[in-house]
This record gives sequence, C-alpha cells and structure tokens, in this order.
Amino acid sequence: MALPQSAYKDREFLAVIGDEDSVTGILLAGVGHVTDPPDSQRNYLVVDQKTETSTIEGAFDSFTKQRKDIAIVLINQHIADKIRGRVDGYSEAFPSILEIPSKDHPYDPEKDSVMKRVRKLFGE
Amino acid sequence: MSGAGDREPVFPTRQSLGAMKSKLKGAQTGHDLLKRKSEALTKRFREITRRIDEAKRKMGRVMQIAAFSLAEVTYAVGNSQIGYQITESVRQAKFRVRTRQENVSGVFLPQFESFQQEGVDSGFGMTGLGKGGQQVQKCRDTYTRAVETLVELASLQTAFVILDEVIKVVNRRVNAIEHVIIPRTENTIKYINSELDELDREEFFRLKKVKGVKERAAATEEEARKKQARRESDKENQQANGEDGETKNVLGDEGDEDVIF
Repeated sequence: MALPQSAYKDREFLAVIGDEDSVTGILLAGVGHVTDPPDSQRNYLVVDQKTETSTIEGAFDSFTKQRKDIAIVLINQHIADKIRGRVDGYSEAFPSILEIPSKDHPYDPEKDSVMKRVRKLFGE
Repeated sequence: MSGAGDREPVFPTRQSLGAMKSKLKGAQTGHDLLKRKSEALTKRFREITRRIDEAKRKMGRVMQIAAFSLAEVTYAVGNSQIGYQITESVRQAKFRVRTRQENVSGVFLPQFESFQQEGVDSGFGMTGLGKGGQQVQKCRDTYTRAVETLVELASLQTAFVILDEVIKVVNRRVNAIEHVIIPRTENTIKYINSELDELDREEFFRLKKVKGVKERAAATEEEARKKQARRESDKENQQANGEDGETKNVLGDEGDEDVIF
C-alpha cells in the first residue's frame, strides 16, 4: 500500500485557513508562500465575519484537490465547523487536514473529524 | 455428496486433489501471516491513536500560548494594522516540510519533517521596527515552535488515516480467506475425495463382477474338460478291448482338444 512517491514528493508547504489572528501568527513563523506570477496563489485564507462559506469551501477545495504542493492544511476549528461536511468527507492522506484551535474558540476534541474517527474505532 | 456447498469447478481427479490440498495449505499459511500483520498494524495503530490524543491536547495548550504572545505583539505595536501588514508582506515560505517514509510491517507511513529553507527572506524584517520588535521576535519563535508541533501532529494524523485504510484492507483479506477461500477449498477437497471413493467402489464392483464371470467360465470349462477326458479314457478302454474296431476319426477328436484351452 505504499503510495507512489509522486503523491507527496513535491508537497512542502503548509496552507492555512483561519481567522486573522491565527493566520497572522502562523504566517509569522514563515509559513506563507505566494507562487510566482502571473497566476500567483496564496497558501492562506483569512476568514472573518463577512467571508462567505462558498469562499471557504473554494479555498479548501483548492488546497486539498487542485494544488499539489501542499502537505498540510491547517484550519481553525470554528471555520471547519462551517464546512463540516467537506472536512468530514475528506479522507485522503495527502494533504492532511489539521484542525487547530483559535484564540476565541478553545479546542474541542469532540468536533474534530479525526478525533471522531478515533472515538468511533474505540467504541466510545 | 458434498456437492451442496460452494466449491471450485474442477474435475475430480487425483491431480486436482493434490492442487487443492496445496492451495488449502497456502491459504492457511497466508491467513496466519496476514492475521499476524493485522495484529502488528493494530498495535501500531492504537499507539498512534493514543499519541494523537495526547498531541491534540498539547496542541490546544501550545496554540493558546502562541495566541497570547500574538496579543502581546498587538499591544506592543499598538495598532491593529499588524495582521494586515504581515499577511500582505508574504513572499516565499521559509518554513517548509519534507516528507519521508517509515516502514511498518510493509506499510509505508509518511512522516513530515519541518525545516527552514535557507536563503529565503521571510519578509518580516521590518515588522515592528518602530516598536515592539522584541515581542514580534518572541512571537515568531513561539509560533515556529507551535507550527512544529502541528507538523508533528499532522504526520501522526496522516499515519492514522493510512493505517486505518490498510488495516481495513488487511482485515478484509483475512476474513475473505477465513470465511470464503478456506471453506471452499475444503469443500472441493471433500467433493473430490467422495468422487474418487465412488469411482473406487465402482471399479471394485466391476472387478468383482468380471471375476465372477471369469470364475463361472473357468468352472464350465473344467467341467467340459473333465467330461472330455472321461470320454477319451472310455474310448481308449473300448479300443483296448476291441483292437480291431472301427477306425478312429483322427481329425475330429484331436481337434476338440485345442478348442478347450
């Protein structure tokens, strides 16, 4: 069941979908990347109150399906809740989705799609 | 007859019996091996699950600390433009991950490893130049550590997803061998055996019949020969008594001798 090397070889960036504070912090660590023009794409999305759910979904799909250079997608848990169906339905190994807590929304292991699977497997 | 159950379409011959027996043996060996593999993977899986649980909780704490240090930055810099400034000055990623594979009983689990890309300017050199530069620096360090934790967690999680998949596949195969292939092969062996026994019995009966016929024929022949012998001896007696009797039919009588044997 070894995945072909091409499935992950070029994946070296992290992507972030989050509120302004989370994205700012993570970008400070040096994660941010903008691809070369003309079709420059950012690997982060700042979500605020006004952001449409479809925009989030679009970014999520582009990070998980279209772009082949992203290894990990970090998403704030409260934003993941908005597109819960997409996140729960996602079961690929690459890129891996990681739900992270945000400043205003403490981490709740009950909602995490992976933790849900963990729980289900152990029959709790 | 064991033709009722599911069996493979083979002709009941000794050769296919041998083939079926070796197939059964192979299936049993394979089943044992796969079962052991599944157990090894499940052990690993449980360990990873436990570590994910821990790491997720740890992540909660780390992210909280990081968020707090960002709040310090905002306070020190004193304007709310810092976020905008940072998100807009992104050029090239300095913090990247590379992937390598780890082999767990034949399953390749990816592991992310974070590294700092050399020769890339993060573009935050001027951030907090006016004031709060120290806080910005501290915040960067905190967030770098936090993201490293996240990367670790992500590799655990990917391993989890892959292992989950692999264990499902392995268990499916174990069950298929245990509940389909082995019973079917055993059934086929039983069928071939019963067919062969049947053939044996038929053959035996046939031989018995043939033997009976032969014996009967032999008995009749014996009887006929005895009669003949008696007749001949009578004739000889007669010839001995009356030497000048009618002449013996040489061809007719001597020809009979050959027909008997």
